Amino acid sequence: MNQYVLEMIGIHKHFPGVHALKGVDLRVKPGTVHGVMGENGAGKSTLMKVAIGLYKADSGTIRFKGEEVSFNSIHEALQKGISMIHQELSPLPYMTVAQNIFLGREILNRFGLIDHKTIDREAGKILEELKINIPPTRIMGELSVAQMQLIEIAEAVSRNAELVIMDEPTSALTEKEVEHLFEIIHNLKARGVAVVYISHKMDEIFKITDEVSVYRDGELIDCRKTSELNRETLIKMMVGRSIDQFFQKGKAQIGETILEVEGLSRRGVFRDVSFTLKRGEILGFAGLVGAGRTEVMETLFGIYPKERGTIRIKGKVVEIRSPYDAIRSGMAFLTEDRKRSGLYLNLSVRDNIAIASLKEHLKGLLINHSQIRSICEQAVQTLSIKTPNLEQQVMFLSGGNQQKVLVSRWLATSPEILILDEPTRGIDVGAKAEIYKLMSSLAQEGKAIILVSSEMPEILAMSDRIVVMHEGEKIGELTRDEASPEKILHMATGEPLATFQGAH
Amino acid sequence: MSRINSSLLSVLKKYSILFILIGLVLVISVLSGGVFLRITNLLNVLRQISVIGIISLGVTMVIITAGIDLSSGAIVAIVSVVVASLVQAPNAADRLFKGGQPWPVFSVLLIGLLIGALGGLINGGLIARFKIPPFVATLGMMTFARGWAFIYSQGRPRGSLIPQFEIIGQGSIFGIPNPAWVLLICVLITHVILKHTLWGRYTYALGSNIQAAIVSGINTNRYILLVYTYAGFLSAVASIVLTARIGSGQPGLGMSYELDAIAASVIGGTSLSGGIGSAGGALIGALIIGVMKNGLDILNVSADFQQVMRAIIIVVAVIIDVRKNIKRS
Repeated sequence: MNQYVLEMIGIHKHFPGVHALKGVDLRVKPGTVHGVMGENGAGKSTLMKVAIGLYKADSGTIRFKGEEVSFNSIHEALQKGISMIHQELSPLPYMTVAQNIFLGREILNRFGLIDHKTIDREAGKILEELKINIPPTRIMGELSVAQMQLIEIAEAVSRNAELVIMDEPTSALTEKEVEHLFEIIHNLKARGVAVVYISHKMDEIFKITDEVSVYRDGELIDCRKTSELNRETLIKMMVGRSIDQFFQKGKAQIGETILEVEGLSRRGVFRDVSFTLKRGEILGFAGLVGAGRTEVMETLFGIYPKERGTIRIKGKVVEIRSPYDAIRSGMAFLTEDRKRSGLYLNLSVRDNIAIASLKEHLKGLLINHSQIRSICEQAVQTLSIKTPNLEQQVMFLSGGNQQKVLVSRWLATSPEILILDEPTRGIDVGAKAEIYKLMSSLAQEGKAIILVSSEMPEILAMSDRIVVMHEGEKIGELTRDEASPEKILHMATGEPLATFQGAH
Repeated sequence: MSRINSSLLSVLKKYSILFILIGLVLVISVLSGGVFLRITNLLNVLRQISVIGIISLGVTMVIITAGIDLSSGAIVAIVSVVVASLVQAPNAADRLFKGGQPWPVFSVLLIGLLIGALGGLINGGLIARFKIPPFVATLGMMTFARGWAFIYSQGRPRGSLIPQFEIIGQGSIFGIPNPAWVLLICVLITHVILKHTLWGRYTYALGSNIQAAIVSGINTNRYILLVYTYAGFLSAVASIVLTARIGSGQPGLGMSYELDAIAASVIGGTSLSGGIGSAGGALIGALIIGVMKNGLDILNVSADFQQVMRAIIIVVAVIIDVRKNIKRS
């Protein structure tokens, strides 16, 4: 028996102009969960891609179960027993769960035709063993993201994978779903399967992993037992600086009311949501996933029509029928899903920054390119966006830098009201800190900010007031001083503030 | 994933299609013993590519929106017969309107362009308002317009056009054939639209990610409508040039031109998944197709065999382009 299921030693990987991995190690023991942490751009993804054969290392040794390997494709890695659960899942939505699990390895009957019965039965066995309560005959497209992820894990198990790599598996999951995922991971461990767990979320790392390897700038900083670590040391290892500078909320002058929302409703989605927002204020929106926070913001911004309710900006009633109207009224909306509704992945950094403010920079009918260029250059500088030049396609930037590009896009429209929906989702600690700093200084400039976030520490540290939503309704509001994780959680699960306080 | 060299790479990528064109010209020049490079022949190439070139500009914009336009050839046909019928000589044997006088050329051009634009507008309307997939909407327009071309012309070519009209396709200025001038002007206009106007930048944006475009405050329906209308308009321009050059309006004209235009556009680097493409690229794509056709003519390759070779070269050009993109990402 080998001590390690996977050993990567001295891995080097160069891309033109970048030394992405500088002799990096990773050692994973069988039957353990091994956390992999580091800022975006630290080399985690590249290392994983080397492990599964998507990239070839320039030098270094990879041993899988003691045997030196060099995979030429994901397929080879899969056959040896390494599976990866990707951030973005790609199931076939019209096929059944069982068909997805056995995709590419269909069991044939003696006539050479697909034996659906056996496939269903085998899939059912695996699901049962893993205690995943989904019938194998369900249509994949009807499942939630969380369930699809579990199916991918079941697929890995059915392939007798001995190492499963999970890249940010919880980024789209609710807390309940996360717990279920963790149970499944425990089951995997019990079967002797090793899990490499990539995540930015501290809580999860501490909860689920046995060991953690931390990377920074293409180097392994350290590999330690999780039990020997705490939050502070972990962050220090990741960013090379301490936690105090993490949430930076400066004192902002709270000014007059700029936005009043009254009785906003959209049938079947949310009802009767009212709130106000002042200049210089950061208004947090807390709640569980599915509470309707994003939907309120989408409606406020004119992406979806409202059914009832009034919106007043600076005391005047405004009719917002489209995002165009919203932008003209001084609003900006950083959406929660960068790739789906934010980025133009195959367009340049310049186009991505300029698109929402092009109208302000016309000479007659033509675009004033030099003005645009200087605005973009300035944005790249102020937010320290790491890009070789403005013409770089935005798909080649790291998550944090992509997010900064989107923030720049909205700042270029000189908004007075900024709606930030999960602004730090899926970005690394360093970029997070920069976003917090930026929010704080924007508030100090007198901008009004709405922060929708599912991360408790973030919302507590950054908000002046917190609106809590539950199942499409605003259930209450807390000031910064009143707010505590317990109160928010109680309210988010459906207890109005009054009941909660009464209970004490 | 290159960062520092990416600008160099993008330059190479940008011009790789141009290198293919230059290579093609060299090969054909050598094989033809220099015949290809004679001025008269080069002008001929320009004349030959102008029609597909003009159409491919509109098609390129459509493809940048992640759409497709199959109706170009049929719009060429309907515009051709309508325009021709209005500029037939009074004594023409096949005159559609017996005993009438030819209309002033200017107003005829206007009518032709309007018909083309209207066809495109209907395409755009079906796609933007009624959310019909572009493939289906423009397929409908293709049969619809072709049908009307035959109904209108009663299924017969309409010739004997007045010289003031024919000069558009047959004359030349400074020794350059008029169709080539028209193409050049269309390339310039399309280039300016794409690179220097809101319309152009929004076209790239909505083709790259329509959801993001909506959130960015872009009226996506309006610009989709505009792009298809412009494509129809350019088909009409191409039709007028072609009708004037051959001196007759024909309901069967422009058969499968849409496919040549799409091929030119894609060879020129336009991505069928949207967000990428340029007017210059479309021009080079049309040139590659035209140079190849002309060269094979000179080399006395039979028309049947030419088709086969064209197919191969188109596919190879696109494979090269696609592979290059894969390497970058």
